[in-house]
Amino acid sequence: MSGSLPVAALSRLAWRNLWRNYRRTLIMLLAIALGAWAMIFMTALMRGMVDQMVEDGIRALPGHVQVHHPLYRDDPSIENSMSEPGAAFAAAMNSPAVTGWTARLRVPAMISSERENRGLMLLGVDPDGEVAVGFEKDSIVEGRWLERIDDSGIVVGKKMLERLETRLGKRVVLMSQDPDNEIADRGFRIVGVFEGTLAAQEEAHVYAGRTTVQRMLNADGEVSEIAVAGRDYRDVGELEALVIEATAGKDVTVRTWKQLDSYLDAMLGVMDGFVLVWMVVIFLALSFGLVNTLMMAVFERIREIGLMQALGMKPSAILYQILLESLFLLALGLLLGNVLAVASVYPIRGGVDLSVVAEGMEMFGASAMLYPALKTDDMILANAVVIVLGILTSLIPAWRASRYRPVEAIAKT
Amino acid sequence: MAEIKCKDLSKIYRQGESEVRALDHLSLEIEPGSFLCLSGPSGSGKTTLLNVIGGLDTPDSGEIWIDGLRVDQMNKGDLADLRLRHIGFVFQAYNLIPVLSARENVEFVMQVQGVPARERRRKAMDILHEVDLDGMENRRPAELSGGQQQRVAVARAIVSRPKLVLADEPTANLDSVSARQLMELFRELNTHHGVTFLISTHDERVMRYARRLIRMQDGRIIGDEPQAGAGG
Repeated sequence: MSGSLPVAALSRLAWRNLWRNYRRTLIMLLAIALGAWAMIFMTALMRGMVDQMVEDGIRALPGHVQVHHPLYRDDPSIENSMSEPGAAFAAAMNSPAVTGWTARLRVPAMISSERENRGLMLLGVDPDGEVAVGFEKDSIVEGRWLERIDDSGIVVGKKMLERLETRLGKRVVLMSQDPDNEIADRGFRIVGVFEGTLAAQEEAHVYAGRTTVQRMLNADGEVSEIAVAGRDYRDVGELEALVIEATAGKDVTVRTWKQLDSYLDAMLGVMDGFVLVWMVVIFLALSFGLVNTLMMAVFERIREIGLMQALGMKPSAILYQILLESLFLLALGLLLGNVLAVASVYPIRGGVDLSVVAEGMEMFGASAMLYPALKTDDMILANAVVIVLGILTSLIPAWRASRYRPVEAIAKT
Repeated sequence: MAEIKCKDLSKIYRQGESEVRALDHLSLEIEPGSFLCLSGPSGSGKTTLLNVIGGLDTPDSGEIWIDGLRVDQMNKGDLADLRLRHIGFVFQAYNLIPVLSARENVEFVMQVQGVPARERRRKAMDILHEVDLDGMENRRPAELSGGQQQRVAVARAIVSRPKLVLADEPTANLDSVSARQLMELFRELNTHHGVTFLISTHDERVMRYARRLIRMQDGRIIGDEPQAGAGG
């Protein structure tokens, strides 16, 4: 290629020029590294927080895909229930895309202790199935989790227990409507107390054995909800298709968690946009330093650039050389920044306890523990933002360098 | 060998409201294989003439022809190619690339020309031997004396065997011994390889090497006389 230099030669020149003023280069490297670190580390924290909010929200549902009677969402009463899933559905759920599934009876009810009455959501569940879709046995802080599908005890939230002014082992009465709109009630003993990730969950959910609740409501073989959990809450397309196929021909509605809780879905979208804005803002601060460094490097070498042109190097080759210098600077800075970010996230991967401010955080659905989520996609995005915008920014000094007239450039002192 | 024709060249530099007429309707023909010196006081237009002939600058009017090619109408790319393939430059202030070693500086032009690495290295080592810089090939410019740097610059200018070498005050920063060695080298290249030399200088000793001496003043030629070119 006449008038240009092979990439290897241009790279060697660019690399050596980069270290002519090593102090300036090191300062700029540090700035890029810190910028990249801030982008990746802070994004990991924010992503972790939103992940936690979404996962806690899904855990409160729970299930990534749910099946209901078409009218259940508008009127979650026992009337709008459906038959328990059969063997064909169970066989269809035996797929690598499914990590667990369960069917539950979920109806509004009243609970009465010796002193207080509260409204709640009564969940008649299969204990093992519930654990498979996300209920954490570790959240039981007193007593035990349900042992059988016909367990006659109930598990209540810690806050509910406080509101009812009762305690573990005491009897309470649960009351709801049966399919004939008659009052159905039954006494239950509190066998377990759970601590929910969300305060609302602790106050609203009461778990009992499914067949026990079915008997209480005269609704044998009926369920309100089938919940199916998959591997990644972000990618539920395959799971949804699988469930739709498994329920084909039945009068039911299949919804993903995004449709069930559009607030959580919107939160994810807002987060993605916020991450990009955050990265661009940090880059803008960086870009001033980058342009200044390259401008200085160009101004110091005007004479040399003129000489190269005098010797027959074309302006485009000068432009590439300056861009290569910028690329080396950016790549080195990013490498440092990435290493720094991973090194910062690694020690706190087990979670950061934010209980000091947890009350405030729970108001918008976040839990007290923050688990940073270092996502490859976010790291790629941060690196891409710095490289692409960095090269675009570097075009300014590179373009100026390539536009010098050799005779004027050589005359510069 | 290069045949150069300049017809009615004019170049005016403007500084504020004042004008400096660097070339004033200057015409000149240079035979292939010439060894020619331009002399004259500062501001007489010597450097401007070299620059416009070498395509580093453009005249305001007039024509420049090198071996039948119209230089003053070439675009930037063609001018870069002309300088790369046919012209070697030697500047007063050495002008080496500081981050490259002596050998890499000499190889630079060949690298831009696309000469294969092995051939490039061989030619660079040969020419460094020719300019008496054996053992200095890996030194960077800052590690060389002024004379050595100028010899590297000369080696770079002639390594690709250009038709024409334009040298602007090449001995200005050299001691008398280095200056004499440089001029002997120029004359040898001219005699044995037929390279055309166009040298601007104030130095009487350099002028003695020229076979044609052109005296300039205020952008015009005021004297054009053949010489023996005996040197010394």
